[in-house]
Formats: sequence, C-alpha cells, structure tokens
Amino acid sequence: MTTVLSAEIEQQTGDFHLGAAFDLGPGISALFGPSGAGKTMVLNAIAGLATPARGHITLNGRTLFDSENKVNLAPNKRRIGYVFQHGRLFPHLSVEANLLYGVRFVPDDAPQINFNEVVDVLGIRPLLARRTHDLSGGEGQRVAIGRALMTSPELLLMDEPLASLDLARRLEILPFIERLRDAFDIPIIYVSHSLNEVIRLADTAVLLQDGKVIARGQAEDIWNRHDLQPIFGLADPSRGLSAPQTIIACKVAEHDRAFELTRLHGNGLSFWVPRLERPIGSRLRLQVRATDVTLSTDEPQNTSILNHFHGTIETLDASRAGFADVEIRMATGATLWARVTQKSAMKLNLTTGHDIWALVKSVAVARGTAEPVPPSLES
Amino acid sequence: MMLTPVEISALLLSLKVALLSTVISLPVAIAVAWILARKSFPGKVLVDSLVHLPLVLPPVAVGYLLLLGLGRNGIIGAWLDQTFGISLAFTWVGAGIAAAIMGFPLMVRAIRLSIEAIDPRLERAARTLGAPRSHVFRTITLPLMMPGLIGGSVLGFARALGEFGATITFAGNIPGVTQTLPSALYTAQQMPGGEFAALRIAILSIIIAMLALVGSEILARRARRTIYGGDT
Repeated sequence: MTTVLSAEIEQQTGDFHLGAAFDLGPGISALFGPSGAGKTMVLNAIAGLATPARGHITLNGRTLFDSENKVNLAPNKRRIGYVFQHGRLFPHLSVEANLLYGVRFVPDDAPQINFNEVVDVLGIRPLLARRTHDLSGGEGQRVAIGRALMTSPELLLMDEPLASLDLARRLEILPFIERLRDAFDIPIIYVSHSLNEVIRLADTAVLLQDGKVIARGQAEDIWNRHDLQPIFGLADPSRGLSAPQTIIACKVAEHDRAFELTRLHGNGLSFWVPRLERPIGSRLRLQVRATDVTLSTDEPQNTSILNHFHGTIETLDASRAGFADVEIRMATGATLWARVTQKSAMKLNLTTGHDIWALVKSVAVARGTAEPVPPSLES
Repeated sequence: MMLTPVEISALLLSLKVALLSTVISLPVAIAVAWILARKSFPGKVLVDSLVHLPLVLPPVAVGYLLLLGLGRNGIIGAWLDQTFGISLAFTWVGAGIAAAIMGFPLMVRAIRLSIEAIDPRLERAARTLGAPRSHVFRTITLPLMMPGLIGGSVLGFARALGEFGATITFAGNIPGVTQTLPSALYTAQQMPGGEFAALRIAILSIIIAMLALVGSEILARRARRTIYGGDT
C-alpha cells in the first residue's frame, strides 16, 4: 500500500487526551468510532485548523506539521479539502461562486479539476444560479463536496457529511460519494459513526475510541472482529442489540442465465445471489447478518437454501441472554458469524471444534453497485 | 422653505464634517471591533471601557482633552505645527476629529455585533479552500458584516451631525469655518429674537437625521437580504 498520509497526533483538551498514529493509503479510509472519540480533532489537526501539542503529519511525503522541527503549515497551504458536517456554504455567494471560491488558489502544477465534470458527477447543475440558503440539506452537502473538490485537493476530509441529513437524503447522497471515489482519484478520509455508510464506502478503516487507535487495516478484517462489536454498537446505536455480521469482499465469478443467478466468490466461499448486472470480475462487498445464518449439524440435503458451507465452530459466545453468537471457520480459512437461540445451541450441543453446516438465508450487497442497493437478496 | 446663507453654510459644513469623521473612524472602528469580537487578551475590559468612554464623558471634556493633545501647544499639536505647519484646533478638520471620537463607540458597537454574528467556521472553511487570511477577510468577513458597517457608519455620521460640546471646545464656532448646524442653532438661540431662526435650524437638523436613519435602514435591509435572502 502506498502511503498517502502519515500522522502521529497528540493533543490534550481538558480531560481528553488524543494520541493517535496511523498511515493511510489511497481510496476511502473510514475514521470510525463513538462520538467523543476524537475523530473531528484528528481531521482538524490534519487540515491545520487545530495545532496538536506533539506529533507529525506528512501528506504525500510533504511535511504539514512537525512539532520537533517547528513546522506548521497554514490550512490554506496544505492542499486538503474539507467537507464539514454542516455544509458551511458562504451565504452571501451563489452556488456557482461557492464552487469557484478556491479555484484561484490551485497551483498550476496541480491536477486540473474540470468544473463541468464536478457539477455533473454531483448533479448540481440546476442549482448553480441559486443562493445557498434555499438549498435542501442534501443539495447543500453536494455543493460543499463540489466546492472542496474544485480546489484539486491531495486529500479530501469528510466529517460526517451525512449526519445532519435524514435517511432519505442520506441514501440520495451516498451514490454521489461513490461516484466521486470512482471519477476522481482523490484519497478520502471519511469520518462517520454509521456502520452502514462505512461498510458501503470504505476500503480501509481506523477505529478510534477515547482518543486512541483501537484497530486499523482492511475494512472487512476490522468489521469481522467479534471483540470490536461492542464498540460498533456504541458508535452506531441504530444497530440496536447489534448481532455480529460478516463482511466479505467478493468478485463476480459467473452468471447463470438459465436460472437468473450470479455467483459471487470471496474468501474461498461462493454465494449464489439473484442475477446482478455486473461484469465478471467486478468487486463488491457482501454483508451477511448473523441472524440470517442457520446452523445444522448434518449436511443439509433437502433445503431451498442455495448457500451452505461446512466448517468448525471457532468461537461460541453465549454472553447475551437468550442468544449464542457462533463463529464458524471454513476449510478455506474464511469465517462466518451465526446467531442462534441458546435453546438451539443446547439442542444441537454446540461446542468449539464441533463440525457444523452454515446455511445462509440471505446476503446483502453492501458495496459495489452503482444502482441503489437492494436491502437484501433472498438466495 | 428657502434656506438662508448662514443655514446653507452650516448645513454644508455639517455634512462635510460628519463625512470626514465617518471616513476617519471607520477603518479604526473595524479594526477595534474585530479585535474585541474575536480576540481575548489581558486588559480587554480596559480597552472596551476606553472605547466606550466618549459615550459617558461630558463632550466638553473630550474637546478639552483634544485641545490639550492636538492644540497648537498640545503634545502632538505642537509637533504637527513645527514639523508640517499643520494646526487642527479651530479648523473644520479639527471638528471632524472631535466628531469622529464622539461617534466612535456607537460605530464600534454596531460593527462588533455584526462580526459576532458571523460564524467563524465559515472563515475556517475558506482557509481550507486555499484562501490566505487577508483574502478571507475581504471576501467573507467584510461582506458578511456589511449590515453592521452600514448601521455603524450611519450612527457615527448622525452622531457627528449632532455633535456640539466637543466640537465647540476644540474647533470653535466660526461661521463658515467651524459653525455646524448645532453651533448655528446655539448662536441663533443666544441672539435676542433668534427663536425662529433656532427653530428653523432644529427642524433642518431633524430632517437630515431622519433621512440618514431611514436611508441606513433601507441599505441595511438590502444588505441583509443579499446575505441571507428572504424578507428579513
């Protein structure tokens, strides 16, 4: 992985101590964690809006901040775009003037960003002549994203850009951010406490809690760690009792035209899902909820469920009343989470090391479709 | 109603003095208002009180202090006189300076309020778009404080039109040189049988002041509409 950003940030605000160090590569990196974890502090330090007490920040080999050598570049010299939680559009300027605000400061040798392309990717052409105060929340955020893009940044910071929007607006903007990722080759740090947004958007993730980096790496690897699930639940209360889920990076392996099915392959597992209009080899991310996985001690013979896998029980977590969360390891090394009632766990006599069959009732494509994502695909 | 030559001369001089005082104090008021609105430093309360002093001090005292400082024998005045041959006391420029000081607190107050109403996060957003501080001030802060600039200027201007005590002490009451509307009114009222002349000047003063206030309200409304839209 080429390193785009390397940061080591230490800062003390009242009782809160931020001490975070991480490297980030290209693509979308999620900065994820409960509120109060210090996510925005990290972004502000990177953007130069706050000065850390100690540390260093390097972007594409260029030192932005270095407490030891007393380097602290002004925010306007950092070439970092920032999309704030609330658009922060300039109220006395038109949408077009907002978009063009930073253009005159773009260095000549920076990659040229085409105004028309930005406007089209974000779908804001009809808004150009409007004033900012009569834009809807979603429109405002798209303009704010466009305004940051037009400065041809080396890195784009997005601080919960969807948090102030209702669910419908969020679903409206997510595809724009995906298009952004595909159309412009700009690394993005995406701060969020919504697991769904992060699973859908991010390549890599940094998990922050109480000012410390708890985990970082490939997004799938982090989401599948059972020990981190309580933090995810803490960060994103919308997940309720938060049954674990398995995230699997897949490629489209084959299409079955006769039965209108598509086979997805990832982590050594194959999933049949209703036909996806995607070319062979395209990448996507599958989300398998533990509650959608049924267990059987015998090989399933007469079942309508297409996707079943053989493995052994790796972990058995019966700490929740009424439920048992079971991690199954396949021969391929892949793991899958299942949630069963404690009654079933008792009846099937589930213990670690036990041979088991996992039947996957449904999977969701969490990432990789250009079209709106169907909530779940019955298999 | 035809104006007499004395009235015309006093009216024109008043407008000239008020305009000068506004032009002198506006840049200083913007700087002081910005510092008071955005910065915290030891002694801020002291600076704030100092700015407000002309509001509560007897105007005569301000005029007297000006004489002490800027008069021909004053500390700065003597230096100005010897170096440049400039004398400010008993000139219309001197009247402008006296009026500027008297209107300064009103101006700072109005501008400071408009700066405090600006979300500093907008300025920080502009910095992340590549704009240096000075450009952010010119293109974001200044346009957004326009309602306060207009309101403050008009308040200062109107205060200068009405200024009497400091002006007469420092600049005198010389017809055609430093005799503004209030001093003309004072003179007329001192003369036997001058009641009607005084009333005419009083009415003239009211008309000018009303025009300035109504004009400023219209301008400020227009500025607010450009910034925030709607019918505010």
